[in-house]
Amino acid sequence: MRKPFIIRFLQATSKQGWIAIAVAAVLTLVLLPALHLLLPAGHPFHVSAYVITLVGKIMCYAIVAVAMDLIWGYTGILSLGHGLFFALGGYAFGMYLMRQIGRDGSYQSDLPDFMVFLDWKALPWYWTGSDSILWVLFLVLTVPALVALVFGFFAFRSRIKGVYFSIITQAMVFAAMLFFFRNETGFGGNNGFTDFKRILGYSITAPETRVALFALTATMLLATLVLGRYLVTSKLGRVLAAIRDAESRVMFIGYNPLYYKLFIWTLSALLCGIAGALYVPQVGIINPGEMSPANSIEIAIWVAVGGRATLIGPVLGAFIVNLAKSLFTVAFPEYWLFFLGALFVGVTLWLPDGVVGLWRKLRDERRQGSAA
Amino acid sequence: MSGVSILQLHEVTVSFDGFRALNELSLDIEEGELRCIIGPNGAGKTTMMDVITGKTRADRGKVMFDQNIDVRRMTEAEIAHLGIGRKFQKPTIFENLTVFENLELSMKMDKRARVSLFAWLDDDARDKISDTLRLIRLDREAGRQSGLLSHGQKQWLEIGMLLMQDPKLLLLDEPVAGMTDDETARTGELFKSLAGKHSLVVVEHDMAFIAQLGGVVTVLHEGAVLAEGDLATVQNDQRVIEVYLGR
Repeated sequence: MRKPFIIRFLQATSKQGWIAIAVAAVLTLVLLPALHLLLPAGHPFHVSAYVITLVGKIMCYAIVAVAMDLIWGYTGILSLGHGLFFALGGYAFGMYLMRQIGRDGSYQSDLPDFMVFLDWKALPWYWTGSDSILWVLFLVLTVPALVALVFGFFAFRSRIKGVYFSIITQAMVFAAMLFFFRNETGFGGNNGFTDFKRILGYSITAPETRVALFALTATMLLATLVLGRYLVTSKLGRVLAAIRDAESRVMFIGYNPLYYKLFIWTLSALLCGIAGALYVPQVGIINPGEMSPANSIEIAIWVAVGGRATLIGPVLGAFIVNLAKSLFTVAFPEYWLFFLGALFVGVTLWLPDGVVGLWRKLRDERRQGSAA
Repeated sequence: MSGVSILQLHEVTVSFDGFRALNELSLDIEEGELRCIIGPNGAGKTTMMDVITGKTRADRGKVMFDQNIDVRRMTEAEIAHLGIGRKFQKPTIFENLTVFENLELSMKMDKRARVSLFAWLDDDARDKISDTLRLIRLDREAGRQSGLLSHGQKQWLEIGMLLMQDPKLLLLDEPVAGMTDDETARTGELFKSLAGKHSLVVVEHDMAFIAQLGGVVTVLHEGAVLAEGDLATVQNDQRVIEVYLGR
């Protein structure tokens, strides 16, 4: 008896998985928003806007980390350019936020401030439709995916693999950063987009707006995990793992790895684009710095710290590294990069399977201990 | 022997930087045949398999499968779908997947990504996997991670993966390397039972194994056929002796 697809989709996530998701949902969709909105600022249980924004931001990173895990952990393709897809999604949504400023900018013009500054008289053609949320959401979903599709098609068709692929992705994100730094590109040059005022007409700094974006991000993260679990337990997921283990064998039993890689690569970019679009209104700025090579490398570090090919590991990794970053950059800002480098070396040497791997090892040892 | 050709190489030449790995090699394998190929290192045995399976392109010559299908312009995956299965010299399996999953992925079916995304194993498929598991004597290891198998078991698993594809032609590169004598003997029995239903081309160094298999032996040397015939004939061929002993 063939089970309906939706049942198979939902059953891919285990019972414990659904319990964890339910707990996370209560926490992020009910508890934290309520503590932020309902309690007065002085109350000991009040959750500050800083915490909501920080956690919201890290959840965006966590979506990127899960997307990275699909392509790196499960398929064995290390991308060092995922920051590009994140930034493209962010820029696409940022265009809408810039248009929502309306005439409230410094120059009281219909055009975004940076265009007035450049003495432009009209919006460039590619800004057409940027005042429509639907069109911009369409761009968020298609632009990063399309860039990934074209790039991936040529790279995978040429059978570029391993470290060569990683280096090319790094070059790609660096080239894109230089391109976005230029004022003539029409995306605000090195300042990027900022000073947003409204989203869908609501004030972007209002607590309710903040909480709505926070809840949306949490929902997206949980949905990404459920989708990811289905993908990696499907036959497609097993083929991806097979590509990671022995690609030539995959070809000689009749699979064309090109389309499998292209699918997961493009999907991964799409998820990053969505994460970028959720990130920009919460953080309030997008600039070419998001495309710096170091940012893309950091994504790989989140996944390595949490544990590759585990889905939940990258989420933990994103939280651990970014919370540490928040603490460090306040306490000893000049040492953060040293700490990050040391963390990566340490994890590679002593925790090859990350935090999740360590946890599994301890659990197995305890089981063996109790059995003996 | 049916007398119908399943694979025909006609004057195939492959050069790497001026070195002729295959030098106008011509070879004819009949349907249901069990052919052994021997030859010293560098004779072109592995290159020949690479050309047949699409990994390496022939510079000149024809490679015809099933009499009228020219495989020279096809990709590895397309050639696999025609019904040519290949076993590598070093056992190549998916080490992080279970034995069952290795066979599942190898099964003959629609292998496009968009189909795999929604694929579902039906009972017929499970039965087919179980049959193969018994044939390669790994039915008790079905749920085990395949990377943990012994070397001989990995060789058998890879042979099982080829059989799941229901191939017309099996190319086996040193299938008994690293096996115990007992495993080697059982592998010989398996191959003999497969001949007839499938055509087999076995590249081996183990003369006792080749003697067990029987059938026609082809000796390759410097990219071309040096001698062909039953094992006793080629072993007594003066040119073969010279090549192996190296004057």
